[in-house]
Amino acid sequence: MNQFKAGIWSDHPLLRQLLGMCSTLAVTTSLMNALFMSFGVFFVLVSSTIIVSLIKNIVPQEVRIAVYAVVIATFVTIIDIFFKANFPDASRALGPYVPLIIVNCIILGRCEAFASKNSPIASFVDALAMSIGYAWVLIILGSIRELLGSGAIAGLTIFGKGYDPLVVALLPAGAFIFLGFMVAAMNMIEDKK
Amino acid sequence: MKELILIFISAVITNNLVLCYFLGICPFLGVSAKTDSAVGMGIAVVFVMTLANALCWLIYHLALVPLNITFLSYVLFILVIASLVQIVEMVVRKFSPPLYRALGIFLPLITVNCAILGAALLMVTLKYDFLESVVYGFSGGVGFLFIITVMASIREELEYMDMPKPFKGAAITLVITGLLSLIFMGFAGLISA
Repeated sequence: MNQFKAGIWSDHPLLRQLLGMCSTLAVTTSLMNALFMSFGVFFVLVSSTIIVSLIKNIVPQEVRIAVYAVVIATFVTIIDIFFKANFPDASRALGPYVPLIIVNCIILGRCEAFASKNSPIASFVDALAMSIGYAWVLIILGSIRELLGSGAIAGLTIFGKGYDPLVVALLPAGAFIFLGFMVAAMNMIEDKK
Repeated sequence: MKELILIFISAVITNNLVLCYFLGICPFLGVSAKTDSAVGMGIAVVFVMTLANALCWLIYHLALVPLNITFLSYVLFILVIASLVQIVEMVVRKFSPPLYRALGIFLPLITVNCAILGAALLMVTLKYDFLESVVYGFSGGVGFLFIITVMASIREELEYMDMPKPFKGAAITLVITGLLSLIFMGFAGLISA
C-alpha cells in the first residue's frame, strides 16, 4: 500500500524524481494525446518491469542496462505498431515520442531501482502505481493546455466562439512554464505537511 | 553546402532539440547547476550524437531498408547507442585520461539521453542523406551544448536570488526554459521553410 502511495504521490516519478519529463512536455498539447501516451507508458512499464524481474537472476551484472534497454525497446515496438494499426491519427500526433518511451528514464529507472531487486508481483504493483502517477499529471497538464490553448477539452469546445485562445499554452514554452508551476505546487503541498 | 549550413543553423537555433522537441530534458535539468559540468555533458553529447547518427544512418539504409525489417529500428538504434557509449568510454579512457576525467561520469548517462535516440529517429523521419545526417547529429549536439551552457550560467546567478521556496531547483529551471524557448522562437523567421 505504501508502495502504491509512493508512486502516485510522495515519490512521484515526474514531480518529485523529475524523470521522464521529455514525453510529458511534448505530448500534453491535448487531452487525447496525454491519454494515449499514458496508456503506452503503462503498457511498456508494466510488461518490461515484470520481464526484468523474472530474468533478474540470469542477466550478468555488466550488461544489464543494455539487456533492459532491449526488453523495453521490444515492448515499445509492439505498442508503436499497435497504435499505428489501430489509431493512426493518434500515432501521427504523438510522432517520435512513442519510440522515445525506450529512453524514458521512468521505465529504465524502475527496472534498475525496483524490478531488478523484487518479485514480479511487487514489480507489477510498483509499475502500476508509477503509471497512475505519470498518467494523472499528463491528464491535468493536457487538459489545462488544451483548454487554454484552444478553448476545448478532448476536442469538445468549452469556451465557445468568443474565446481568444492563449496560443502560448500550446507552444513548447507553455509546456515548460505550466510544468514548472506544477512542480512548484507539489513542493508547496509537501512543505506544508 | 547551403543545405548543410541551413541544417546547422536550424538545429542549433530555430529547432533546438531541447527547446523545440523537448529532448534531453532529464540531463538538462540534472546537470545544468554548474557551468563546468554542463559544458562537459554538452561536449560528450556532441561527440556521441555525431557518431550515433552516422552509425544509425548506415545501419538503417544499408541493412534495415534492403532487408525490409525497419520495424526493428528502435531495438537496433538503442543497442547501437548503448554500445557506442561503451566503446567511446573505453577509447577515451585509453587514449586521453584528462578527457576521460572531464567526461567520464557523463558518458554512461548519455545512453538514456533521449536527445541521442531522438536525433537518430528524426534523421530517419526527415529523410536526410548520409552527410546531412552526420551534420544534423553534430549540430543537434552543438545546440544542446549551447543551451545547457546558457542555462547553467543563468542558474549560477540564480543561486543568489531570493525566490519563493517551492520554486527552488527544478521548478524555476522549467519556467526559465519556457522563457528561453519563447525567446528562441523569435529566431524562427531566420529560416523560411
